[in-house]
Order: sequence, then structure tokens, then C-alpha cells
Amino acid sequence: MYNYTEFDDAFIKARNSQFRNQVERRINGNLTEDEFKPLRLMNGLYLQLHAYMLRVAIPYGTLDSAQMEKLAFIADRWDKGYGHFTTRQNVQFNWPKLTDVPDILDALAEVKMHAIQTSGNTIRNVTADHFSGAAADEVTDPRPYAELIRQWSTDHPEFQFLPRKFKVAVTGSKNDRAVIRAHDIGLRALLRNGKIGFEVVIGGGLGRSPMIGKVINTFLPEANLLPYLEAVVSVWNTLGRRDNKYKARIKITVHEHGVEKIKQLVEDRYNEILSTFSGVNHELFEEIKSAFAPPVFKSKGTKYFDIAYKENAAFRSWVDTNTHTHKISNYSIATVSLKAHGKTPGDATSDQMRQIANIARHYSHDQIRISHEQNIILPHVHKSDLPKVYDLLKSKQLNTANIGLISDIIACPGMDYCALATARSIPIAQEISIRFDELKLEHEVGHIQIKISGCINACGHHHVGHIGILGLDRAGVENYQITLGGDATETAKIGDRAGPGFSATQIVPAVERIILTYLKVRLNKHENFIHTYQRLGIAPFKQALYPKESQSPKIQRRTYAA
Amino acid sequence: MTQIVSDFGFSPLDNVINYEVYDKASETSKAIDLPSDADLNLFVYDLNQLKIIRIDFPSFADGRGFTLAKLVRIRGFKGHLRAKGHIISDQYAMARRSGFDDVEISQDLADRQPETEWLFRSNWKKHDYQNRIGFNNC
Repeated sequence: MYNYTEFDDAFIKARNSQFRNQVERRINGNLTEDEFKPLRLMNGLYLQLHAYMLRVAIPYGTLDSAQMEKLAFIADRWDKGYGHFTTRQNVQFNWPKLTDVPDILDALAEVKMHAIQTSGNTIRNVTADHFSGAAADEVTDPRPYAELIRQWSTDHPEFQFLPRKFKVAVTGSKNDRAVIRAHDIGLRALLRNGKIGFEVVIGGGLGRSPMIGKVINTFLPEANLLPYLEAVVSVWNTLGRRDNKYKARIKITVHEHGVEKIKQLVEDRYNEILSTFSGVNHELFEEIKSAFAPPVFKSKGTKYFDIAYKENAAFRSWVDTNTHTHKISNYSIATVSLKAHGKTPGDATSDQMRQIANIARHYSHDQIRISHEQNIILPHVHKSDLPKVYDLLKSKQLNTANIGLISDIIACPGMDYCALATARSIPIAQEISIRFDELKLEHEVGHIQIKISGCINACGHHHVGHIGILGLDRAGVENYQITLGGDATETAKIGDRAGPGFSATQIVPAVERIILTYLKVRLNKHENFIHTYQRLGIAPFKQALYPKESQSPKIQRRTYAA
Repeated sequence: MTQIVSDFGFSPLDNVINYEVYDKASETSKAIDLPSDADLNLFVYDLNQLKIIRIDFPSFADGRGFTLAKLVRIRGFKGHLRAKGHIISDQYAMARRSGFDDVEISQDLADRQPETEWLFRSNWKKHDYQNRIGFNNC
């Protein structure tokens, strides 16, 4: 865990007092609403459909138990007893009062947390692989670099009024669990001749013009990381479009100018910026790295695990679905599903948060992670403790065994909360999960990712879902478009549009038809949905979605001509 | 009356400076205006022949001026760097840390955001993450 230094503490206190002051000046009129808006946004405060929403940063998705308990406290004291974990490893409180927000920020500061740059046209909370520090497949823990990026980007004087938001994600593994190719900058740590460097990907993003990021540097030595990032943002800050906010993201800048030209501009700017950079202080970086050093792992047998795994079918099913290989052989990475069937994806009650904190304290070396898939990770659980952990989770309905399955859905808040939404997302996710639970098909279907967005801004990552669902407004009626074959991993791909959309009552049966088709046409149980899709293409699924149309003479003729 | 904001608060602008448009300047120019969308490469003379550069902020939400200021400093300009236009007191520290010496604001803005609000951020050198991790102030 990164421990705040006196510097960080003093910074947060000063920042909070500035914000308290800004709220007062807004109330007395010295700040116009227009002027106050970016200031509250860069402190995480949105105005939603029904109320303010405070988005709290969980840098690189890492928390300890005291921090989780503080989130529970805030949920009870100033909100409605729950919080919502997001695809950018943040947590959102949906019902705070404006005048309470400075107090909430002070409460967060007590546990070294903040809401800085979780919104606005700023460099946002930096995200990282949620298995960082525990995964067997990482070349290095990416979080010390993510922390450096957090410090570099925080209150950066040049970059608080950018053309648009700017998101950075970091992974230390070739298996991308951080969707780095859908970020403004994605970084993948590499080890070359014993030295750490980064593959730098720029210009990825979803939203109304989805783009997969492009490699701009194949190996950036770690020492050059910060000035290189500064060069990218500096070039974009002057070049990015400010005439049209839908064309302002760096993905459009890269698309319009070409990656080669941007690369040249970035390298030229980098060479200029180097004169202002004396290198990260060695001691400071060593201190950061030591804060992320692995815990002292317990060496003991796995007898209790072996017995429970053999005798308890429910436990076995949970272990098979919700745990992942740890770099230490007697340990597991356990994922706590926030996707109980019929519940809101990503929501946790204060009671559940406290239970997770309690489990983490005793059984996960006091560590917790938030995944972009809106679940909670216990990164370091000794296998012999898993039965106990499972029982404690179960007592708070946190034992849903569905990670990576059809009910493990990413969904944005949609029209239930969001002022931008054009359709509801949460109820669709709930209905899909309930339907497949009823059909008892979830485990039969196996690994599949459904991602749902309630508007074109794509917070639910629908473009990169194996099945993506986009809720739109068609003349006052919700209409859901389906994309198929999207991929959020290292082989990232934007899904293909299936065809005309479906109404709110038709969308779940449509998904069901896709799944039943998959079960019919897959080679065998080991061929996942995405692999079947890659093998067969969209045709069989289109036929299932639009049966009449695909039998029409027009389509048949086209097939014949081909 | 136009006000100049520095670390010591307000002072009324009392001397008239003749700013030239940056891409029509000459080798004898002493003061230029840079619009927020300026291409700095179009100023082909020595930056240090200038006594003052003024960078425009047409809207406080247009942050290009901060990067322009930083670039002017990186390219060696040692003279006076002034931000002008719609800059709010909350941006004062950003302006100073990007290399500006002071800020020129209208009387209207000065009335709405009084001197105390600007002085509140005159401690702009404090709590500077970029400096802490190895970037030098311009």
C-alpha cells in the first residue's frame, strides 16, 4: 500500500480547503455556475439526474481495510447506505448534498483518499491491472509507476483545462486486464535485457467514435516515462480540437493527423521537455516501490481447502469460478462478485463493504482491489483460508459464483442515475442475469462478457463486450442495439453491429437467441462464445436475431452472388 | 480599469504597451500578443528580443495558454510573461507554475473575484507534485 507522505497529506488538506472555499464562493455568487462547474468536476463532483454525485478515486484500484471501512461510513453518514464501483476503479456516491461534500472530502483525507481529477477535462484517476502484485503472469507490479503517474498528473498546472478528459491505464502483464487499448494512453510494462520499459499505446477510446489505441513507442525506458507522458499531453493540449467536444479526445487527434505525425510531434516535444526534467528522485521512487512490496506470505498447508473443495459443492463452484492463479502456489486471488442475480452491477451496501474490509484484514494481508469489471478482489488469500472467506462472504450475500459468466455484466448507471443517459442499463443487466439463472444455463454457457451502456458515451464499454448492448432513445422509446465479437483484452477489437435495435421488452429474448445459437453451433464445451464467433462470424447470430429478414429473397440472392 | 494580479495582489495597469500580433512581428518588436491557438513556430525571431509576451485566455476553460507559456519558457524566454483575459482566481497558481509572471484581468472580473481570492493562491509554490518528482519550475 502506498502510504501518504507528509507532502501528500498537506497537499490534500490544502486542496480540500480550496474546495470548501470554492463551494462558499459559489453560494455567495463570486463564482458563476459556469466557472464553478469545472472546479467541482476536478474535485469529483457531478450533477446527475436527481442529485449531486461524488466520484471518489481509488488510484490503480488499490484499497486497504481502513479505507473500505471509511467508504462504508460515508455511505451511511452522508448517502443512502451504499456505493457504486465503476469501470474506472472509482466509487460513486449518488446522493450527497453539496454542502456536505467538503466534510466528505475531509473524511476521505483521514484515510488518505480523495476525489481529485475523477472528472472534468483533466488527467483522470490512473487505473491498473486489478491483479497487480498478485498475478503470476506479470513482469513487474505496475502500481509504483501508476503512483508516479498519479503524482505527476495531480494538479498539473498545464493540464487542468484540457480539450477533454484524458485517461491512463497501466498493466504489467501481457494478458491485458486493464483494457489499455481503449485508453487515451495505455502502458504495458516489458522486461528487456533486465530493464523495465513500456509499450506506449495512444488514441484508444470508446464513446461515439470507438478506436483501438495505436502503438506509438515499442519500448520506452522507465526513466523516460514521465517526460514522455508530458510530451503526449502537451502536444494534444495545443493540437486537440476545442470547437467540438465530440472531436476533442486524443483518439480523434490521432485519427485526423495520423499516428506517424503525432509520434514525430511527441518526440520533438519530448526532446524540449527533457531540459525541464531532472529525473525522478531515486530515494522517492524506492520509497514508493517499497510501499508496494509483496506482503510476507504465510507458508502452511492447504488441508482445510482440500477438504472443503472435495466436500462442499457450492464452495467448489465458487472456487472454480471466482478464484485465479496467484504467483505464490498456496495462495489464490479471490474475486468477490458484485453481480448477484437481479442486483445492480457494481453496488455494495455499507454492510457488505465492512464485511469485505473485515475479511481483507484477516485473510488478504489487508489488501483489496477494485476491478474495472465492477467487482472486488481479495488479492492475497491463502488457500487454507478460502473456506472461511467463502462463509463470511456468504453471510452478506457476496458469494455469487459468476465471475466471467453471463451474469457478470458491466453496466453503466444509465437512466436510473445519469443525466446523459438515453436508456436504462441496470434493469437490462438485472433481467439478463435473472433469465439465465432461471434457465440454469450460466455454467453451461461458460465464459462470456456482456457489457451495457445507456448512451453513446459507452461508459459500459459495450463496444468491447463479446455481446455489447447500447441503449438509445428512438422518438422517446428505449431502443437497444447489439454488437457482437468485441474484445477488451490484449487482442482488443470493436464489436460488429448486428442490425436494427430491440425494444426494452425484446432485448433479453434477443440475447437469449444469441446464446442458444451459440450453444447449438459451438464445436464443444471448451470453445467459448468469442471463439465460436471468431470462427463463424456474425451470420448464424444475425439469423437468430432477425429470422425473417435473413430468409428474405434479397439476402439469399446476395449470398448466392457471393 | 484593467488590473494586474501578482503575488502581492492587485495593481492597476498604468502604462500603455503596444503589443504586436505575433506572426506579423519584426526583429525590432518588443512586445507581442499570442492568441491561445498560436503556432509558436510562426514567430521566427529571437524570443529574448522581446520584453513582454502576453498570452490570451478567451475563456477560462481554454487551457492552451498554459502549455504555450510553458513552451515559451522552455525555449528560453527570460522576459515578462503575462496572461490576459478570462482567468479566474482558482487558476492563478496554475498560471504562475506554467511560467507566467502575472495576470491581466478586467475590472468586472476584479470586482466579482476580489483581491483576497487571488491572494489565497499566492502560495503557488507550495504543494507542487511536479516539482517533487523531478520537473523544474520555469
